[in-house]
Amino acid sequence: MAGVHEDGAGRGGGGVMVGLVLVSHSAGLAREVVALVRGIAGPEVPVAAAGGTEDGGLGTSLDLIEAAVRGVEQGDGVLIVPDLGSSVLTARLLAEPGRIVLADVPFVEGAVAAAVAADAGLPLPDVLAAAEEARTFRKL
Amino acid sequence: MGTTSGESAGSGSGAESGQGAVGGLAAGLFVAWFEEAARLVRRDRDRLTALDAAIGDADHGTNLDRGLTEVVKALGETPPESAAQVFAVAGATLIRKVGGAAGPLYGSVFRQMGRMIEEPVTLAGFAGAFEAGVVALERLGKAALGDKTMVDALVPAARALALALRDGVGAREAFELAARAAAEGAEGTIPMQARKGRASYLGERSVGHEDPGAASSALFMAALATVTAKA
Repeated sequence: MAGVHEDGAGRGGGGVMVGLVLVSHSAGLAREVVALVRGIAGPEVPVAAAGGTEDGGLGTSLDLIEAAVRGVEQGDGVLIVPDLGSSVLTARLLAEPGRIVLADVPFVEGAVAAAVAADAGLPLPDVLAAAEEARTFRKL
Repeated sequence: MGTTSGESAGSGSGAESGQGAVGGLAAGLFVAWFEEAARLVRRDRDRLTALDAAIGDADHGTNLDRGLTEVVKALGETPPESAAQVFAVAGATLIRKVGGAAGPLYGSVFRQMGRMIEEPVTLAGFAGAFEAGVVALERLGKAALGDKTMVDALVPAARALALALRDGVGAREAFELAARAAAEGAEGTIPMQARKGRASYLGERSVGHEDPGAASSALFMAALATVTAKA
């Protein structure tokens, strides 16, 4: 596929790079979690924020999510991590088995786990599995 | 009802195709449906938002008003040639413009109806497509009867249509029965405890409030009955 990340290819071995889209009710929250994810998982993971409505209010925009998916898609699939309510419902409208997959995980922990796995060059099912492990990971 | 002649004229594409005839439901009737739904939601915007303020995030009336205004605009800009097109445009517009959970939920109902409906639209065809739309809604929202959601208004409406078909009544009476079933269903959400959405976080405190999604669903069905009665 075109547009494979050179750095990702070097690290992951197979050149696989799963894209991540973080969908929140809040534009600010999605943006900040993307910044956090980049800080922890590294700058090479293709991760995009799709938060809030088109006019910046609280809510979800299908157009923003679609644009974010296009932005991170590198041919190896995209994992969408939604937060609540309409984020989940709207993201589910875009799901395509094997290509665009939703993670039913805590927003921050799931996003970080998925990004670390994506940065390691793991394929989509493994990135999803890594995110899902974050759901059962106890902090205390 | 206080409907204006302007609104009737706005739905004029159905006028020449005898939309009132039982068994012949034209695209114009469904354009009029969304115009009337938009009018009812705007009229009840504050009531819907107040219901949502009690157990949700207080934006249902505003969001749905905005979404339906965009639907009416989209339908007006490119007059649809088929019922399928009306529902496809309405569904896509609601998904893109509402911003809250009601967007994808109503959007999936109408998008699915758009995929299923066949020309010429008969009452049986409509009832089948509507049923499929409600199933798509249940699947997307993972909600069932009794969860205190729009499902509690729309499933009874779909059942009323199925019963009306069985009993052989015409579209006018069938939609009237569906509207009544939806209104009763919405009222029936008052004693329920929410299991979906923001209201579910309230637990028992969600009891005693009508679900705003069920309330707006009742408005949709009332709008269909109104425009069919006028046609």
